[in-house]
Amino acid sequence: MNWSFFFEVLIGGMLAGVMYSLVALGFVLIYKASGVFNFAQGAMVFFAALTFVSLLERNWNFWLAFAMTLAVMVLLSIITERLVLRPLVNQSPNTLFMATIGLTFVLEGLSQLVWGSQPHGLELGVPDVPMEWLAQKTNINISHFDVFAAAVAGILVATLALVFQKTRIGRALRAVADDHQAALSIGIPLQQIWIIVWSVAGFVALVAGLMWGARNGVQYALTFVALKALPVLILGGFESVPGAIIGGLIIGTTEKLAEVYLGPMVGGGIESWFAYVIALLFLLVRPQGLFGEKIIDRV
Amino acid sequence: MAAGTQERAKQIGDVILAIERVSLAFGGVRALQDVSFDVRENEIRAIIGPNGAGKSSMLNVINGVYHPQQGSITFKGQSHSDVDSHKAATQGIARTFQNIALFKGMTVLDNIMTGRELKMRCNFLQQAIWIGPARREEIEHREVVEGIIEFLEIQAYRRIPVRQLPYGLQKRVDLARALAMEPSVLLLDEPMAGMNLEEKQSMCRFIMDINAHYGTTIVLIEHDMGVVMDISDRVVVLDYGRKIADDTPDKVRGNQKVIDAYLGVSH
Repeated sequence: MNWSFFFEVLIGGMLAGVMYSLVALGFVLIYKASGVFNFAQGAMVFFAALTFVSLLERNWNFWLAFAMTLAVMVLLSIITERLVLRPLVNQSPNTLFMATIGLTFVLEGLSQLVWGSQPHGLELGVPDVPMEWLAQKTNINISHFDVFAAAVAGILVATLALVFQKTRIGRALRAVADDHQAALSIGIPLQQIWIIVWSVAGFVALVAGLMWGARNGVQYALTFVALKALPVLILGGFESVPGAIIGGLIIGTTEKLAEVYLGPMVGGGIESWFAYVIALLFLLVRPQGLFGEKIIDRV
Repeated sequence: MAAGTQERAKQIGDVILAIERVSLAFGGVRALQDVSFDVRENEIRAIIGPNGAGKSSMLNVINGVYHPQQGSITFKGQSHSDVDSHKAATQGIARTFQNIALFKGMTVLDNIMTGRELKMRCNFLQQAIWIGPARREEIEHREVVEGIIEFLEIQAYRRIPVRQLPYGLQKRVDLARALAMEPSVLLLDEPMAGMNLEEKQSMCRFIMDINAHYGTTIVLIEHDMGVVMDISDRVVVLDYGRKIADDTPDKVRGNQKVIDAYLGVSH
């Protein structure tokens, strides 16, 4: 067995997995705070990336465009709270889930209506080429860009985990997630909490959009990265931030390893669906995911 | 007994909450019809009645969950008619729930700390950075919460997720969270429901202690007549959405209408 090749696949897989985690994070945030599976997360990624790249192409400065896009995402969450979430307070999670499907189409349509539907290239200044010194020393090819993406995801997750566990906002978020009515009755401002969560999810969508956009181009297909986040969520658990990361790493490595070592036996091309097989197995064995909260119903 | 009653009578203050001619209907079902009563500062006020009498509806009207079609509610001299439960909380009305509405996945401590939410002032950014004022604020509120934890004797369970606690203790945590809001009026929705005798007795003791120690006005609804009679100052009795009695426990106990409502008579 060629070990340096094995490690290259392994590390490459982990780093690719981090990219999935970035998208999965957005889902986790909203699920944690409102118990809603936000189907529109993929559309938010697309919308954020398209807005950012369009501003960039109109000669905006990078950070100015970033700040502006962030402002747009905050505005979007305020509007969403007003028009979608507020009228549906205390409705079942399924109702809210359906509402986010509607939101998906609105967002996809809106972004292409405003910015057009042609694909854009995005350059973040980090080359997507192997690091030469590492290749010479160990014969392992790891892309600069992958490492950069991993670092960004790491910082993002560390921050979010701290906010959720240690701050009062985090506690209020968890409280709202657990029981809307009780949270209201002790004076937690539900509306404000939702706006904050959706804004943070919007921020995460923007970061994910930039990373994926830089790799694959900013185009409609970006909305489909959300589908790749699904197996990650099933593995990691819908309400766990660390779970999103571990889930991403597992999905990333297994699908790359499967492609390289199992692929040839079945004629290749299994990378695109292998993640779903893992997710399916997980659903059978541990439906709450690795880090999800175990659901115990008292009878 | 007589001396104790007199002493309590001295502490009880002016009307803090007035319910006037309140009617509430859900479609064709009349949950409350023309109900009036008042609650005085520092008293323990019970609302009792058989199943379906409208007790929970009454509590939800006071808490701003339901809005009555007719009548008015005055809280601390201000009209309370278009208040929702969040607003009620900001005005100093806290409540517990019949079917315990705690945050099940969170620890006892975190649950009670959420009760301090309204008292905290630091903004989102300060909290996110978690320095200086935010940290000091957290410590300050933690001290208040520790006091309540000690008061309700749940020190041993601080770090345990609420879902793992037995029912009686969950009820106590629910009470602690409401108490953490330092409310002027505390609404208790069947605090003794589903408890055994020993748990009921300790809950009674806690309710009286809260009333004496924090000076909190308490409105409690209860299905079981026996328990509340011993701890209440005045009792409202509801039956089929109407008020049928409003008096001291002793007089209510002897009221023929109340006896009929509870035992059932042929009309």
